[in-house]
Amino acid sequence: MSELRDRIKEIIETEDVVLFMKGTPQWVMCGNSMRALETLRAAEAPITAVDVLPNPQIRQELSALSGWPTIPQVFVKGELIGGADIVQELALNGDLHEKLVEKLGDEYRKPGDERTLALNSG
Amino acid sequence: MATDTLRTLLEDAFPTAEELDVLDRTGGGDHFHVTVQSDRFDGLTLVDQHRLVYDALAEPLADGTIHELRITTRGTE
Repeated sequence: MSELRDRIKEIIETEDVVLFMKGTPQWVMCGNSMRALETLRAAEAPITAVDVLPNPQIRQELSALSGWPTIPQVFVKGELIGGADIVQELALNGDLHEKLVEKLGDEYRKPGDERTLALNSG
Repeated sequence: MATDTLRTLLEDAFPTAEELDVLDRTGGGDHFHVTVQSDRFDGLTLVDQHRLVYDALAEPLADGTIHELRITTRGTE
């Protein structure tokens, strides 16, 4: 297993809410990444964003780990929640809120809590 | 046309689908929205439902035919 994959795995397992996206929250490079980001923002979830664009290996290793072929990918406490479509649908029917409470507790809301993690190639 | 290719792949994967639609969102042949309603999704989480669609479309996803994909899935229950 590569160093890069270990690092991605560690981020998925330790961060509350991770959004693997194309671009950064300040500079979103793809419509689906924007939809996922906006949905998490609306849910007032804390967001740790990881840009997959700087290095194609990030996306390869991520998809190998998650078995999910597309970007964005959202994880809550290590669990793959889905891509933009699923996250949006879960937000609409209330299941996203439920999942955040289940995984992070009642006090999960941290509006504006966004940070970006940079991944260097291993 | 990529739209027809995607539709054929989905029809093969979901022969009992009650609804199956492939929309070329931009007309450019690489941004798609697929909608599938099938009993194969009954009882599955959304993640597992979408995985089945990804499996069906593995080839056009891997070879770059699909640049962007939106998925809507529904069970029949």
